[in-house]
Amino acid sequence: MTGLDIWMRENPLTYVWLGSYAFALLIFVVELVLVRHKRKLTLEQIRLLREAGEED
Amino acid sequence: MAINWFKYSAPSTFYALAGKLIPWFAISAAMLFAVGLYIGFFVAPVDYQQGEFYRIIFIHVPASILSMFLYLVMAGYAALGLIFNTRLSAMMATAIAPTGALFAFISLWTGALWGKPMWGAWWVWDARLTSELILLFLYLGYMALHSSIDDPRRADRASALLAIVGSVNVPIIYFSVKWWNTLHQGSTIKFSGTSMHVAMQQAMFIMLAACWLYAIAIVLARVRSVILERERQTKWVAELPEVRA
Repeated sequence: MTGLDIWMRENPLTYVWLGSYAFALLIFVVELVLVRHKRKLTLEQIRLLREAGEED
Repeated sequence: MAINWFKYSAPSTFYALAGKLIPWFAISAAMLFAVGLYIGFFVAPVDYQQGEFYRIIFIHVPASILSMFLYLVMAGYAALGLIFNTRLSAMMATAIAPTGALFAFISLWTGALWGKPMWGAWWVWDARLTSELILLFLYLGYMALHSSIDDPRRADRASALLAIVGSVNVPIIYFSVKWWNTLHQGSTIKFSGTSMHVAMQQAMFIMLAACWLYAIAIVLARVRSVILERERQTKWVAELPEVRA
């Protein structure tokens, strides 16, 4: 038995919480941040295009 | 009063509708996650065989169901776009793919975490696990193919074909535990009933609903960016308050 095996059997709830739920929540947060960032970038690009069009 | 649903197939109308719906879905998802986690960790009893490790199912099962169902929805939208040449369908398919891929990844990750204490291995080349891994690769392939073609309409058509062909994998994942001798267990909840404790069922269904609402909220948020990007030359986008600001 490795150290991780012993630790997970001694702390099953911590293992389940950190390994699955905290990790999944982290993935959801990263996805949210990426979606918001993408929206910000897209809006900036459109504004730049619009300004360039107005200058022409 | 009859609702004209076709009105919402126009990107301009759908953009506004999605913007109004996102907060409702997001807040409901957050509330259901909190309730589901509370029941899953504090109300549901310990399993007599698996101990505390079984609690992984409250995220593993919803993530697995969502990964399969989102693929079918994505393929459905892709097919609609291919057949009827509707712009919004292809945009929806593009927006669903990353979320579907993340749910497939969470499903595989949490499955591995459960497998180690229960089976003694993080991974086995079991039919259920392998077909779920193929599903993740299909999502990644769809996104890679779509982003590799510059013309968005051509990219939509090419990736739609991949999505439609790949959808054959979904019933393979679902029935794999019946068709082959697998290490992965079969369905615990059946139409004929279940042996699961009522609190375990509640936690699982609430978490499933939370994942559903989260997926809808994030897909709607992503599709709004896709719509803006594709329709950037149109007049209605130029007149949007967030663009004029």
